[in-house]
Amino acid sequence: MVRFENVGLRYGMGAEILRDISFEIGPQSFQFLTGPSGAGKTTLLRLILLSLKPTRGLISLFDRDAVSLNKDAITGLRRRIGVVFQDFRLLDHLTTYQNVALPLRVQGRDEFAYRAEVVELLRWVGLGERMNVLPPVLSGGEKQRAAIARALIARPELLLADEPTGNVDPTLARRLMRLFAELHKSGTAVVIATHDLALMDQFENARRLVLADSRLHIYE
Amino acid sequence: MNFMQSEAREKAERASSEPGLSRRQEVPLVPAASIAGRALVTVIAIMTFLAALTAGTAILIADAARGWDQSIAREMTIQVRPIPGHDLGAETAKAAAIARATAGIAEVKPFTKAQSEALLQPWLGSGLDLSELPIPRLIVLKLDRGKPLDAAALRKALDDEVVGASLDDHRFWMRRLAIMAGTVVVVAVVIFILVMIAMVLAVGFATRGAMAGNREIIEVLHFVGAADSYISRQFQRHFFRLGLRGGIFGGGLAILVFFLSGILSAFMRGTAGGTQAQVMFGSFELGSKGYVAIAVIAGAIAVTTGIVSRVIVFRHLRKLG
Ligand SMILES: Nc1ncnc2c1ncn2[C@@H]1O[C@H](COP(=O)(O)OP(=O)(O)OP(=O)(O)O)[C@@H](O)[C@H]1O
Ligand SMILES: [Mg+2]
Repeated sequence: MVRFENVGLRYGMGAEILRDISFEIGPQSFQFLTGPSGAGKTTLLRLILLSLKPTRGLISLFDRDAVSLNKDAITGLRRRIGVVFQDFRLLDHLTTYQNVALPLRVQGRDEFAYRAEVVELLRWVGLGERMNVLPPVLSGGEKQRAAIARALIARPELLLADEPTGNVDPTLARRLMRLFAELHKSGTAVVIATHDLALMDQFENARRLVLADSRLHIYE
Repeated sequence: MNFMQSEAREKAERASSEPGLSRRQEVPLVPAASIAGRALVTVIAIMTFLAALTAGTAILIADAARGWDQSIAREMTIQVRPIPGHDLGAETAKAAAIARATAGIAEVKPFTKAQSEALLQPWLGSGLDLSELPIPRLIVLKLDRGKPLDAAALRKALDDEVVGASLDDHRFWMRRLAIMAGTVVVVAVVIFILVMIAMVLAVGFATRGAMAGNREIIEVLHFVGAADSYISRQFQRHFFRLGLRGGIFGGGLAILVFFLSGILSAFMRGTAGGTQAQVMFGSFELGSKGYVAIAVIAGAIAVTTGIVSRVIVFRHLRKLG
């Protein structure tokens, strides 16, 4: 689904943050992306999302070469990817419900068709009572869950989650991880960026992509 | 959704009807507060007002000019000036007789002394003894549309036989008025175009400001799979509404101005100034055609506002990619 070949990236004139990165993310795979803070996890996810252009190397997404894609094609691919941002990126003027429904709404779907689904997912992540409040009123953990729900609502083929359990207690973290695991079982490829070792230890046989010194090391 | 089978199912049963969600009015994705709305509405209202005022005035003048054109085709006057030693009444009667005998004239209406004086009343005021003044007499000729009039022959006959008579076919005067009216219409069109350009620029500034202020939102919309066309439609919706509000304010104000000036000119009818103005412009009443024109201008401005913002947003988003 995602293939990187000798990808390098630097921001502006700075040093190379990522160097010679080559890897592949297969359909229905499950992997952690890890490494110390500042190693470039978020940067790598942004490359996958095509919101950054690599300084060197080749990226292909859903078997299509990234440089050959026009904007409409990128929009089409993004609808197949769900993202949980490290900083959530909820829209402050929309309620939790409206934020979670956003990916469906921008596809022009009718609210009647998706309302029950959105409500169901919100209840599952424990936001059933917080559906009609605005994000600034939510706690960090609640925002995180809303961001996760938004990433899942359109049933993406690929889920990218950047520190999705960074703001929740261990019990909820386990619950959210179970949600990701179920999503994976239902056929979605999952990439979770984290530096939470305890979390990764729950999934001992998951693949690990480790960023260190600008390079990627893969542990199958 | 199979990733939430177990516990979620029964919860979902209860979730189907949520009171807070049944509002059909969708919340705009671009928050209204993020756009300098009030300033833009004011600018658009002023622009619409000016455009409507110019258009309305041009319509008034064009209508009046058409009236002049028609009267030029239908009327002429013979003016008989008093010359010492000649009887003005007799000369007038002679001139009228010549006119009656000329082919192509349907009706000859000589003004009596009293009628001629009455004509001057609006300019000089009433209660003035005009009997001492040497006031020329007028003979109004209504032309017969069917038969051509040999104006040169008539003029020659009058010159030969009547002392102090001259034929005025109004043409010179009317032509100048028609040129003036044409100039006013051209100026109105130019002003209209300038106003539209200024408005498009103002909407452009406001749109760019709104985009800068909503960069985060645009980014998120992109990430969740919104197409550029979808995002630009969100902006268009907003700006169309602002344009509509401005157009209604400005156009409404212009309609009010024309409506009041119509009433005012009806009041003034009979006063000296009022009559003069009426001679020039007919009544000040714009008529339904003018009001429709103003409504169309206001609507066009709203639509233009929406389209301009959409095009700007769309082009800007394309450049981002
Ligand atoms: N827009 C940017 N411009 C310049 N430098 C940047 C930018 N974004 C990130 N960086 C730098 O790139 C490096 C990698 O950042 P990145 O956010 O990818 O790290 P990370 O692995 O996600 O860290 P964390 O675990 O703290 O989230 C950091 O040194 C950061 O300062
Ligand atoms: Mg990060």
